[in-house]
Amino acid sequence: MVVRFTGSTALRLALVATAVASLAACQSKPKPTYPTEAPAPTAPTAPPAAPGPVTGQPTAPIPGSAQDFIVNVGDRVYFDTDRHDVRADAAPILDAQAGWLRTYGSVRVRIEGNADERGTREYNLALGARRANAIRDYLVNRGVSSDRISTISFGKEQPIDTGTGEEAWQKNRNGRTSIVSGAR
Amino acid sequence: MTRTLPLFRMLMLGLLAASGAALTAVPASAQIEINVNRADVQPLPVAIPAFGGQQGAEIADVISANLQRSGLFRPLDPAGFIERDLSANVQPRFPDWRAINAQALVNGQVTVEGGRLRVDFRLWDVFRGEQLLGLQFTSSPENWRRVAHKISDAVYERLTGEKGYFDTRVVFVAESGARGQVTKRLAIMDQDGANPSYITSGDTLVMTPRFSPTSQEITYMSLRPDSATVYLFNLESGRRESLGSFQGMAFAPRFSPDGGRVAFSVERGGNSDIFVMNLSSRSSTRLTSDPGIDTSASFSPDGARIAFNSDRSGSPQIYVMGADGSGQRRVSSGGGSYTTPVWSPTGEFIAFTKQTGGQFHIGVMRPDGTDERLLTTSYMDEGPTWAPNGRVLMFSRETPGGAPRLWTVDVTGRILQPVPYPGAGSDPAWSPLLN
Repeated sequence: MVVRFTGSTALRLALVATAVASLAACQSKPKPTYPTEAPAPTAPTAPPAAPGPVTGQPTAPIPGSAQDFIVNVGDRVYFDTDRHDVRADAAPILDAQAGWLRTYGSVRVRIEGNADERGTREYNLALGARRANAIRDYLVNRGVSSDRISTISFGKEQPIDTGTGEEAWQKNRNGRTSIVSGAR
Repeated sequence: MTRTLPLFRMLMLGLLAASGAALTAVPASAQIEINVNRADVQPLPVAIPAFGGQQGAEIADVISANLQRSGLFRPLDPAGFIERDLSANVQPRFPDWRAINAQALVNGQVTVEGGRLRVDFRLWDVFRGEQLLGLQFTSSPENWRRVAHKISDAVYERLTGEKGYFDTRVVFVAESGARGQVTKRLAIMDQDGANPSYITSGDTLVMTPRFSPTSQEITYMSLRPDSATVYLFNLESGRRESLGSFQGMAFAPRFSPDGGRVAFSVERGGNSDIFVMNLSSRSSTRLTSDPGIDTSASFSPDGARIAFNSDRSGSPQIYVMGADGSGQRRVSSGGGSYTTPVWSPTGEFIAFTKQTGGQFHIGVMRPDGTDERLLTTSYMDEGPTWAPNGRVLMFSRETPGGAPRLWTVDVTGRILQPVPYPGAGSDPAWSPLLN
């Protein structure tokens, strides 16, 4: 039987690399050696080195926790200038948010709408409210009960990037789904 | 008697003629020009020697600074004064003042008697050699700055024929801390930046304070993670009360000219509309109901109409409607977006913030949208408020990455300068003239 590589070049390369690595591992495997006699007593040697350090780290966030939501789902999605429609790149994140919220049915969230600094204060408050509600509507359409969701707009008052220029402004045009209660 | 100095009257007529010519020359939807040095107005040279008596020098300094900042006067350097032994009760030696080209002279005397401060002052027409004004103000000694502001107003009114605006205060949001972690406190100061004091502690985000036209009361918006509330705050009693709960964010409040109503925005389900509340009955009425953003309501001085900001046409523009919500129609017609309309106290103009191509402007237009003029240009200019005589606008200006500062510009766009308040500030709102 002929194995045909139909996958991507990257995958093929990865397989080749694995094979090479295994081969190398075989070749470098040391032969076992056994002591034949007790060593002659010698002058006292230095005590054996302490064992290498073992560092502890938390495992992945507790499922159902706020950290789980932020790390594994994503709490923020981004908007275009002066727009509040959910972008294509935001939809998968909001789908995941809805799925997570359906799984953890006791969690309540507040959706915070934000705007960049290139607008006036009151208009940006209204714009942020539109963004927050666009996210809310999306989640409700994906089966999250509306009574678990509140909304607020911070307008341009809470930038996450305090720099200037389009890169910073893009980050500041966002909606954040913030867990209020019910997470583990 | 309201006769103005002949020369100054000519100067004012020249200014009016120049602005009139420029106004008629700019059609509503044409390319907007920023006219900074449009009228070649020479400020009136005025001599203000130190008043006699306690704090006489400081009082003269405050008057000089006020008149200078108006852009209509040029206080002369006291080093050049010839007559040095001036007395409030003896006629000045006019040739000495003519020799240094002073056209007006303000002199005065401060007396403290029985714990009361009395200031006598006179305004002289140097070339005619006659007194134009002689007044006496009495107050408590710590009020000396207010006395200086009242004298400034009297001089301004006598020489221009218009009410002054110096004995006024400004409520604003004082900002401190790094960008992204800004502490905002409600603050109030004299119009010249002196005597700032802070009304809130900064633990809650506060925005957009506005003065009542009739009382020492302000309305402002407070934003918490779970609520956006409009408050009324009495500056004399310190009493604060909420306008109420509206099942959504309440923001962008502004008083009616009679002080009896507050127009504001309520956001429900992402849609912001304008409401008005009668403060005595506490009943509120919804004025707009379209799906666009409707915010930043501002009454006309007769209370009959409301200018507001709406993006119902696709971009933020300025609209005008009856105070009952009737006859809503768009008035802004230029390119770019328009926000923060504020009707002038004279009814003559609506001031606004305009955004075009990466820049922000403070501008004015007639209430029907014609005669648009942009007065400023910068990275970020925002939120104009009118001096009570309608001649000067205060606003906040931000440089890229910097904290906002308060600035003023006169209605011709000729006189642009920072407010001498040392800190960062935003959302200024000018008080009416104090009593």
